[in-house]
Amino acid sequence: MAHIKINGMLKNYPIGRGKFTALKGIDLEFAKGEFTGIVGPSGSGKTTLLNIIGSLDVQSEGSVEVMGKDIKSLSAKQSSRLRSEHIGFIFQTYNLLPVYTVYENVEFPLILLKMSAAERKKAVLDALDWVGLTDKIKSRPSQLSGGECQRVAIARAIVKKPDLVLADEPTANLDAENSHHILKTMKKINEDLGTTFIFSTHDAKVISYLKRKITLLDGKVDKDEIVNGG
Amino acid sequence: MLKFLAKGLMRDRSRSLFPIMIIATGVIFTVLMYSWMMGFTTMFIRENARFETGHVKIVTRAYNELIDQKPYDLGLMNVKEKIEMLSSEYPQMHWQPRIYFGGLLDLPDENGETLSQGEVIGFGVDLFSNSFEQELLNLEEALTNGTLPQERGEILISEEVAKKLGISINDVVTIIGSTMYGSMAMNNFKVCGMVRFGVQAMDRGAVIVDISDVRLFLDMEDSASEILGFLPQYKESPTFEIAEVFNAKYNDENDEFSDIMLPLRKQANMEMMINTMDERLGMFIFVFIFIMSLVLWNSGLMNGIRRYGEIGVRLAIGESKGHIYRSLILESFLIGIAATIIGTAIGLGFSFLLQYNGLDIGSMMKDANMIMGATMQAQVTPVSYYIGFIPGVIASVIGAVFSGIGIYKRNTAQLFKELET
Repeated sequence: MAHIKINGMLKNYPIGRGKFTALKGIDLEFAKGEFTGIVGPSGSGKTTLLNIIGSLDVQSEGSVEVMGKDIKSLSAKQSSRLRSEHIGFIFQTYNLLPVYTVYENVEFPLILLKMSAAERKKAVLDALDWVGLTDKIKSRPSQLSGGECQRVAIARAIVKKPDLVLADEPTANLDAENSHHILKTMKKINEDLGTTFIFSTHDAKVISYLKRKITLLDGKVDKDEIVNGG
Repeated sequence: MLKFLAKGLMRDRSRSLFPIMIIATGVIFTVLMYSWMMGFTTMFIRENARFETGHVKIVTRAYNELIDQKPYDLGLMNVKEKIEMLSSEYPQMHWQPRIYFGGLLDLPDENGETLSQGEVIGFGVDLFSNSFEQELLNLEEALTNGTLPQERGEILISEEVAKKLGISINDVVTIIGSTMYGSMAMNNFKVCGMVRFGVQAMDRGAVIVDISDVRLFLDMEDSASEILGFLPQYKESPTFEIAEVFNAKYNDENDEFSDIMLPLRKQANMEMMINTMDERLGMFIFVFIFIMSLVLWNSGLMNGIRRYGEIGVRLAIGESKGHIYRSLILESFLIGIAATIIGTAIGLGFSFLLQYNGLDIGSMMKDANMIMGATMQAQVTPVSYYIGFIPGVIASVIGAVFSGIGIYKRNTAQLFKELET
């Protein structure tokens, strides 16, 4: 059964009296455990597609189902719950909460899920173990390198063991060594936990790790191919 | 979540320090203003009770009609009997007759010719049968020169009058007035002491004589202008209850010389003054809440812009807009509580300082007709400990309520773009 199912999806944005079509005729399916990249030039609709899959936005036409839920029919509260329980986000600029420690940043999504302190502690330490940052739990983001910050962001995204992680240009601000480190970590999580990863990227380093590559061009799917042996 | 928010507040000074400073400053002023107003009200009531109103006052209905003129010709008769009756009916209270009179004070030279003359306001009070009036008027402390009257025929003169008319201790002065029945009255008194009360309305022209001398002088045997009643400690509600019972019994609408009891608040514009003070305090608190809310609203908006990234991440992670909004209000509540505790502590410190040291306002009260002490003191009451919480917490929360509305106007779809910038 498809994890994410997109049929005839169109997305328009109003511009003045007219409208701008960001995505059109999108038909895609994502199975559980995919490690997929959406590539394409700036303005091709990558971020818009991630927004809609992440229930941060809704399509103008067509249908989008994420984990069996029709995105368009969800209320704001139901969308929040979907993101809170099933989806993790990783951003290009990490977006860690600067006043909180590494531990507290990773713990935050679990507080929203109202988990007990003991459960939270175990999950946070497990997640930090995954990304190799157990020795930095008391550090603040300002005391970490860019690569370490992105690893904390990954830990925060996976700590609740989501079904889906959406990563928007996760290596754009990292050097080659850190990029590879991050990608290996995500790949390992994907393989060990079966978490679905969908990236938006135009970084060649990322592409080399992907199992599936979807190329967007002018808001349409230009290519959908299995890469690196799937 | 509360712990999580509290940690954030404590670590992010720009989120907490500025609002705390603003609110604490406002709370300091509120507590100080409240204590100051309480001190003012208490002093105002105390000074008026001492010199003018008592806690309750008994006069005739006719006297009450012209009470501003102190018409002693419409005064009370059979005072001794009345006081005995009052003492048995209200044993918890102290009853004191007084005669207020106006007159011309004349200082003669060695030939009996007028050397100087001036108008005075006379107080006929009981100086000899007990020490109540001496203590009430604080005569020992008010005495600046000479002695208190030791025998009949002696008079205390305000220092200001003595200076103006050139009167010295042991001078014999004549007071010229009219008797209760309208004929001219003159009496000589020996100046035994000079007083200064620190109450401008009194210090401008008061003379104090024993009531028995005044009765003789004004032909007011067993009479008095007024009988003042004092509770051991002033409380407003008992004065109304006592007055109600008394008036139901003795106040006869058909007899203009029947007695009427007036509680302090119902006398000499006291009600208007006290109400005005209460209104001013209420207005001050309202203005404080309004201004602080505007400031904190603005600060909340600035803070919201600064925390745009954080709020965006929280929305993306799955926190609902309502939850974020409520958490911002909860933060503001915590800030309000912390700031109010700090502000109240500092405000109380200043209030206690002013309670024990006071502020000399004598120069400001020179031309005032109100009976007011020259030293104003704050008064810390139990309310002073929590009055600051009302504006402190409300202003903080209102500021957050308005500034947080922006969260609902935020388009979640823009999150990724915003978070990348």
